[in-house]
Amino acid sequence: MTAAIVVQNVCKYFGAFCALDHVHLEIQPGEFFALLGPNGAGKTTLIHTIAGLSVVDSGSIHVMGNHVTRQYRQARMRLGIVPQELVFDPFFTVRETLKIQSGYYGISDNGAWIDEIIARLGLADKADTNMRALSGGMKRRVMVAQALVHKPPVIILDEPTAGVDVELRQSLWDFIRELNVAGHTIVLTTHYLEEAEALCNRIAMLKQGKVIALNSMQNFISTMSVGYTLRLKLLPDTLPSMLREIQTGYRNGYIELKLDNYTQIEPILAQLRLSDIQILEMQLLQPDLEDVFVSLMNNPLAQIQ
Amino acid sequence: MTGFFTLLYKELLRFWKVGFQTILAPIVSTLLYLLIFLHVLESHVEVYQGVSYTVFLIPGLVMMAVMQNAFANASSSMIQSKISGNIVFVLLSPLTYRDIFFAYILASVVRGLLVGAGVYLVTALFFDTPTYWPLWIWIFAILGSGLLGALGVIAGIWADKFDQLAAFQNFIIIPLTFLSGVFYSIHSLPPVWQFLSHLNPFFYMIDGFRYGFFGASDSSPYLSLCIVTACFAAISLLAIQMLRSGYKLRH
Repeated sequence: MTAAIVVQNVCKYFGAFCALDHVHLEIQPGEFFALLGPNGAGKTTLIHTIAGLSVVDSGSIHVMGNHVTRQYRQARMRLGIVPQELVFDPFFTVRETLKIQSGYYGISDNGAWIDEIIARLGLADKADTNMRALSGGMKRRVMVAQALVHKPPVIILDEPTAGVDVELRQSLWDFIRELNVAGHTIVLTTHYLEEAEALCNRIAMLKQGKVIALNSMQNFISTMSVGYTLRLKLLPDTLPSMLREIQTGYRNGYIELKLDNYTQIEPILAQLRLSDIQILEMQLLQPDLEDVFVSLMNNPLAQIQ
Repeated sequence: MTGFFTLLYKELLRFWKVGFQTILAPIVSTLLYLLIFLHVLESHVEVYQGVSYTVFLIPGLVMMAVMQNAFANASSSMIQSKISGNIVFVLLSPLTYRDIFFAYILASVVRGLLVGAGVYLVTALFFDTPTYWPLWIWIFAILGSGLLGALGVIAGIWADKFDQLAAFQNFIIIPLTFLSGVFYSIHSLPPVWQFLSHLNPFFYMIDGFRYGFFGASDSSPYLSLCIVTACFAAISLLAIQMLRSGYKLRH
């Protein structure tokens, strides 16, 4: 099966600055894939090179088997991109914008599909409104619609929910999830880690132009030695001296302990019993993507594959 | 071809929607030139035998309007799309660089011809301007607007800011236009300026265009045609090359 996106050994420089440093990625058809990383990590540059908005200095990129510069027409026909910047053409209405965008892809009769995406993205009552008169969130919806006019098998969304209200975020993700179920490959970048965690089955983390982690969501969280957090509310509210060295924090009346695995729980409870300390409440927190993210980004040598 | 026609349609719709500013305003300002020169110079100058200055001036002004508006259309559309960022929707699409070039040029030609035709039709109500060779008129109007449209594409891609585009217009396009014989026959100039005028490609556009009206001109229309065609080809190749390489558009 042809991979949806293959990025091979891609380097991209802006002057002396290395924006992408030997990036290697392969995304399979039907995946829901997240690109994560702090600002300036190279996420948008990577998307631009896939979209043909930037040209790589070395390496190669294919979309559904088509080289993005040598076979750019075929590659772009198969790709829908929602750029990060909020941009629009102030001369046209929503429907005109979508008709024109369809035409760029060689589709002259696209009314039914345009009606459908207009309805699905909650734009129906704005269809004949000029783009200038729309709110930021509405403009963002139109940009998503523009990326979908040609029903591309691969859809890339560069922070589509930045600055977008909760309601739209929810309905947008429902729609995108449906597209994914229907077979579209989805790639997104987001700052909301819980979004990536809820939606994506695989993630890549970028840092300073390098892929520092690439794995399925479950493997990611389980293989990362971030450990678990045990939160205890105690009476009296203090740990026996033996346990104090593994305390990592105290928040909202809870003492927090860091555990590497479950087998550590029993000795802790035994210690508490011995010291006659009563447990009022107890929580065991699983590591989430945010913990993994913070731990990776703070570790200069972090590199897992 | 659907992609090309869509972009052309978009470019036409873009200026048509603001037609007051893009068509009507330039027609009015060109007619103001005519009114002023008519008042000051009508009784003093006769360029060609039996042709009044006003009637001599009309084709020059028409061609000037054609050229300036062709340039304005391509350059302002390009720089607005670039600065507002919506050029990205064209760049993400499978449109080829040829599609983009020809759509911008053709829209510029259409706007140039609309404004030129508007100026001519209004003057035709008051003055009887002959049209000896309509074919020459059309050829030079189309080539001239195409050439200026291509220059507009180049300027729009090159300029990063509006004032750079204004500089291109004020220091290149306007001097070349005003010194091309719009308002006078270059035979009335001192020899040095006559020589310099012959180095200005805009001179041949005006001169060839005027030949279509009067059957008389400063240079042979065939020579003008060759020079204008060669310039159009050279400028177009440069514009196409800029689009193909992604100069200032794809980083």
